[in-house]
Amino acid sequence: MAYEPVIGLEIHAQLLTKSKIFCSCSTLFGAEPNTHTCAICLGMPGVLPVLNRTVVEYTIKMALATNCAINESCNFARKNYFYPDLPKGYQISQYAQPLSEHGYVDIEQNEGKKRIGITRIHMEEDAGKMIHDEHLPSSYIDLNRTGVPLIEIVSEPDMRSSEEASAYLKRLHEILVYLEICDGNMEEGSFRCDANVSIRPRGENAFGTRTELKNMNSFRNVQRALDYEIKRQQYILESGQAVIQETRLWDDSQGVTLSMRGKEEAHDYRYFPDPDLVPIVIDESWVAEVRKNLPELPLAKRERFMRDYQLPSYDAGVLTSSRVLADYFEDVANLSGKPKAASNWVMGDILRFLNEEKRDIKDCPILPQSLAEMIQLIENGTISGKMAKDIIEEMYRTGKPPTTIIEEKGMVQITDEAALAKTIAEILAANTAQVEQYRGGKEKVFGYFVGQVMKATKGKANPQLINDLLKKMLTAS
Amino acid sequence: MKITKEEVEYVAHLARLDFREEEKVKFTSQLNDILMYMDKLNEADTAGIEPMSHAIALQNAFREDTVKDSLSHELSLSNAPEARGPFFRVPKVIE
Repeated sequence: MAYEPVIGLEIHAQLLTKSKIFCSCSTLFGAEPNTHTCAICLGMPGVLPVLNRTVVEYTIKMALATNCAINESCNFARKNYFYPDLPKGYQISQYAQPLSEHGYVDIEQNEGKKRIGITRIHMEEDAGKMIHDEHLPSSYIDLNRTGVPLIEIVSEPDMRSSEEASAYLKRLHEILVYLEICDGNMEEGSFRCDANVSIRPRGENAFGTRTELKNMNSFRNVQRALDYEIKRQQYILESGQAVIQETRLWDDSQGVTLSMRGKEEAHDYRYFPDPDLVPIVIDESWVAEVRKNLPELPLAKRERFMRDYQLPSYDAGVLTSSRVLADYFEDVANLSGKPKAASNWVMGDILRFLNEEKRDIKDCPILPQSLAEMIQLIENGTISGKMAKDIIEEMYRTGKPPTTIIEEKGMVQITDEAALAKTIAEILAANTAQVEQYRGGKEKVFGYFVGQVMKATKGKANPQLINDLLKKMLTAS
Repeated sequence: MKITKEEVEYVAHLARLDFREEEKVKFTSQLNDILMYMDKLNEADTAGIEPMSHAIALQNAFREDTVKDSLSHELSLSNAPEARGPFFRVPKVIE
């Protein structure tokens, strides 16, 4: 039987605020354990959490960027459960009244655009970190992360393959990073993803029993875990058994999902409105102000690059994969006036140099002005494309502008027709035998002459000019 | 009865509370009285009235996103029953 997977994703993104969501402790990653903690995030009795305004603003940003409706009024609720990384015994989250609901993003698939619904986006606090002792029956708790602001983005069960899930995840990641509200670092846990997956016979409307997948800390692992889980469920159904609703952990080293046995009792979080935090009312003017300051989003930028710079969809996709890269390209394109050449140099050489050193475009030693200048030097014939390949490497290595490198190395292309004609005449005089061959119809020797001229000029002669002059001088007797 | 002893035991378990048998009986009866009173409140006509989550008419209490000094880890750990180095130490729990 043909089965169809049904996938929904829950994404947690840490917001790039300076301070925590309900207290003034720093959110910086990597501090000494338990040094970014205070009475509020330690969950001491009698303290009063106060909401960080920037958290609300960032959440509105994400809601607008994903076409969500923003609720006029929302509040925080307590999600009650006991776990050592949660000192209060409850997590402050949003439940019945989230900040925003009913949004969507479009993903591009081979078959065209597909719309993935977003159920809700809400604010909540992160929990602490636990380290388990390998030898002793002890766990160690670092509460620096407790109270770092998170948004949870819950999708509709709209995805039908691991590829679609991966495309959706990348799209949301890209938007969060573009908005500069999340650094998107999956390894450090500032962007995390859980997946709900079930399968059903193709054509069936009812959902099958789902499992929840956790512990996938890279895009690749999300896709691998989903592929594994889809196969596992298919095997279960085909052998006449039933899928059990449970949480399963992805085990990267074995490439399998494993049941989280031991705590199979159903959760009962007993949510109720947090009396410490008053309702949040977001009026039209606040939303309008945030909307006004939204940057151009990746999809819009991609479409504009294709339209305004006449770039193929692939180029536009690569160049808009980060905001800094897109800005870099635009600077080069506008300063040089040659968008296609700019795209080729950025996507080819620049990205290759950066990838080799795992460097980010924002640390690129070649300034956009320098690259634009180099493109113009090719355009006006000062240097050849071949020379540019060497020059750009030197530019990357030294950070010097192209003109300086050209001067230092004496690399200017010879475009002086008279000088070049003189060189060619000398070569022809020294190779009379080959000249006779050419004139006798053996046109292959033409390449030999080009090589000789290149050698004599150390590769600095304009190739087009060499061709023209050689032809002229060889045919003239 | 509005609540059974089993429900009291369930809620006690969620709160990680351990009760003796006679306490369970007593709390079942007390919780029952409270829930009976809720029934009385339910008699009030609340048609067309928005439910409220807070007793005070206040909204949008915000702070600005500024970092202030945190506690030192010595102070943070000073109430902990057990600590190790800069960490809180608890019995091993793996979910």
